[in-house]
Amino acid sequence: MTRRMAVALLCLAGIFISAYLWMFKLGLLGTLACGTGGCETVQLSPQSRFLGIEVALIGLVGYVVLFGVAMASLQPGLAAARWPVQLLAALSGGAVLFTGYLKFLEFFVIHAICRWCVASAVIIATVFVLSVLEARALPRKA
Amino acid sequence: MAGSTAPMNRFYAIIAIAAAVGIGALLYLMNRSSSPTVPTQVTVTAADTAGFQGYVLGSDSAAVEIIEYADFQCPACQAFEMVEFPYVKERLIQTGRVRWIYRDFPLDEPHRWTRLAAHSAACANDQRKYWEQHEALYRTQADWSASSNAGSMFRSMAEQNGLDMSAYDACMKSLKFAGRIQASLESGVRMGVNSTPTVIVNGRMYPGVQPYDRLKALVDSLSPVAPTP
Repeated sequence: MTRRMAVALLCLAGIFISAYLWMFKLGLLGTLACGTGGCETVQLSPQSRFLGIEVALIGLVGYVVLFGVAMASLQPGLAAARWPVQLLAALSGGAVLFTGYLKFLEFFVIHAICRWCVASAVIIATVFVLSVLEARALPRKA
Repeated sequence: MAGSTAPMNRFYAIIAIAAAVGIGALLYLMNRSSSPTVPTQVTVTAADTAGFQGYVLGSDSAAVEIIEYADFQCPACQAFEMVEFPYVKERLIQTGRVRWIYRDFPLDEPHRWTRLAAHSAACANDQRKYWEQHEALYRTQADWSASSNAGSMFRSMAEQNGLDMSAYDACMKSLKFAGRIQASLESGVRMGVNSTPTVIVNGRMYPGVQPYDRLKALVDSLSPVAPTP
């Protein structure tokens, strides 16, 4: 249960990070708090869109979905069920792969590192690990 | 049951506090940011245009002179800039056949940020980075057009283009090129320009996006040198 709570809290942090980056793209914020300027390089690059959709928006939607599943998995009726945790592991696993692709672009195509994107990568990787551990800890049905 | 409810209640409280802090931070950052604007009612002085005829690319001895009147926020201008202009630059300007002069023609009514974009490019010109900023502004037009704080995005581009940011900030704050932008607009109006992009090839006006092939044919017909392939 504690792991699911941690997952929910991490997803909430992910929501705010991706919302911050998306709001920058919408021009609702000033410059990004980044230090190196790499965040703006990444956010203004052609690779900041995937199939025509803002990557930050994809992240925001993804984190909202994960947060919703994590919160649902904490409800008493689903506490013993395996499927919400398996769903969390599957969704975050896909997100980890997508994040890996984005990190590749940052390192080898854009040649700039966005610290907020790194923070998001750490969050999603942790969510994945916690979800897998939680899924493995749940007793299987006889 | 009470034993399991208490931790959940604590958890919900933590979630609520974290959400409130996050939302508060985003709202604070939103309210803190604002973009300057470049005035549209500007009295043009002689100093605004002294020694300035536009942003020039190409050789002074080129046989053909093309003046482009364009608006940084106009989608058709962006289409020309992204699709046609690279060919024009490579095959007509860099080969010495065409001298290209870019002039601002801000269409203020639909384009809220056009003058600020033009001013940003003018400030980049102060540091000999005009065309870098020009290209970045057009390339990211979709990003900043609908934004409520385009100025910060222009600043980010300037930073990426390697500008001295303290000089850039001072230039943007001074709005010292507002008169030059207005003068450019007025010169276009005097020549009969009423839409963007419009190009004037050796004095003859061609409104609308001109494909590279059409511009090349025009240049071929006007230029005494052998046409490029």
